Amino acid sequence: MSTSSNQPAPLTIDDVRHVAKLARLAVPQERLAVLQHDLQAILGHIAQLQSVNTEGLEPMAHPLTLTNRLGDDVPQSSMPIADLLRNAPAVEGDFLAVPKVLGGESS
Amino acid sequence: MNIDLVQIRDDIRTRKTTARATVDQTLARIAHSNSQLNAFHEVFDDQARADADRVDREIAAGKSVGVLAGVPIAIKDNIVTRIGHTTCSSRILENYQSPFDATVIDRLTQAGAIIVGKTNLDEFAMGSSCEKCAWGVVRNPWDINRVPGGSSGGSAVAVAANLCAAALGSDTGGSIRQPASLCGVVGFKPTYGRISRYGLVAFGSSLDQIGPITHSVRDAALLYQCMAGDDPHDSTCAPRAVEDVVTTLEETPRTFRVGLPVQYRKGNSPSVDAAVARAVEFFKAMGATIVDVDLPLTDVGISTYYVIAPAEASSNLARFDGIRYGHRTKSKAAKDLFDLYAQSRAEGFGPEVQRRIMLGTYVLSAGYYDAYYRRALQIRRLIKQEFDAAFAKCDVILGPTSPTAAFSIGGMTDPLAMYMCDVYTVNTNIAGICGISLPAGFDDTSEKPLPVGIQLQAQAFAEPMLLKVARAYERAQGGRAYPSK
Repeated sequence: MSTSSNQPAPLTIDDVRHVAKLARLAVPQERLAVLQHDLQAILGHIAQLQSVNTEGLEPMAHPLTLTNRLGDDVPQSSMPIADLLRNAPAVEGDFLAVPKVLGGESS
Repeated sequence: MNIDLVQIRDDIRTRKTTARATVDQTLARIAHSNSQLNAFHEVFDDQARADADRVDREIAAGKSVGVLAGVPIAIKDNIVTRIGHTTCSSRILENYQSPFDATVIDRLTQAGAIIVGKTNLDEFAMGSSCEKCAWGVVRNPWDINRVPGGSSGGSAVAVAANLCAAALGSDTGGSIRQPASLCGVVGFKPTYGRISRYGLVAFGSSLDQIGPITHSVRDAALLYQCMAGDDPHDSTCAPRAVEDVVTTLEETPRTFRVGLPVQYRKGNSPSVDAAVARAVEFFKAMGATIVDVDLPLTDVGISTYYVIAPAEASSNLARFDGIRYGHRTKSKAAKDLFDLYAQSRAEGFGPEVQRRIMLGTYVLSAGYYDAYYRRALQIRRLIKQEFDAAFAKCDVILGPTSPTAAFSIGGMTDPLAMYMCDVYTVNTNIAGICGISLPAGFDDTSEKPLPVGIQLQAQAFAEPMLLKVARAYERAQGGRAYPSK
């Protein structure tokens, strides 16, 4: 299938840096160009989607046509806190320890 | 027939052997070959022996035991188990111990199965070669310089090298069927929603499905039956009864139609085309009608998949943030919450996982959502409609599982070329239908004979018919072979 007519706009290093930020991935400077190259190649291939006529088609997010399923509201026991905290990287008492949240997030 | 799970189960039950002897032999074979093959990340020797002794005591006491009593089963390491660790072959989950068992683990152990160990995969099930496993490459027992396929490569190798009676895999775009094909064993992906995903670490939630990798079709049918059915823990599990596929398995359907898509005939190895041609002859001899069907969007499937799967993955993998579980960076440079997330994730995820998270984030980002994600979902509907039209003309679709036999380790460095390995398998997941890969002979053009597989696909929830046709093929073809040594 020809994809040449639908090639996406080139991805810049700034684009890659922006996506890495959205994805919460600290990509080192030297990796940016590698990712740029890989993503550009994949997007170039994916561009073939633009050549398919999709007019009037309802998007299909899921293979099963399921509606919401409601369960009975019955109290059940939870997993023990100790079991859940066993995997936590940092704990204080019965709580997860995290760095200061307010005033910290870079934007 | 060669030894399979059903045979082992029967031998234990009729006391021709014991569960303990079976488990001891399995553990001895793992101890002998795992350092070379790297199928297992973790093996539960002590617990497996204790479980086997319990089964033997129950049988000796004349108690009724489950349909899987005493059989050693290997579990892909992205299915959570209380025993041992669940790492997804990723550094980010290196020390993770699940506080609960997946529903499939509950169902298998309630039927008496013994969990013998956790098998390696491409990190987070993202790959087709098991070269992207944080715990080292997995090797194909037919030729240790070749890949086993992926992502359920460890499970496929464990079955192929007879290191377990059967194994579980997961299949998002071919991850059960392709490694089964490359390792010469049976790999079965049921219809989406047939088996609970509760406890399967999510990759592409609308595509993922757990399934068995086995020595025989009857093993696949039995494990499927043990695992299938609705689950209150998974609201995307199909709320419909599971038919008995085990007792009806040996009935060859009186008449059935085998569809051959023209799009499945280009770019394959001659050995793969020959395997499909042999299967056509087997089915003709059974009285099946062979019809041509048209699936023009076959090669668009890869593009569709590489929008939908990374999009869902980028969302699912957002949970690995270094806060509640998993790796947290020790870097002093992480001075705020954003840095902690970004640094922990960069240290914990391997390059392929990062590439897919980036791709998924990109196609979902403002300005690109409609052009990529929404459009891919529209094409997903078209692909589904194509299958519906094809299944109006046939009962099963026959073709290759993979275009080639196993490739050399390190031999495929371009990510896009690797993605193309799944051209015949991704659309099964995109449409949510079922498919099975069956051993179908060998490629003799390499130094060592390499297995090739055929794939049968059937409409959603048509497992009873798919398995009967697969079993009829297996009887005609003679079942799987074993690598020497």
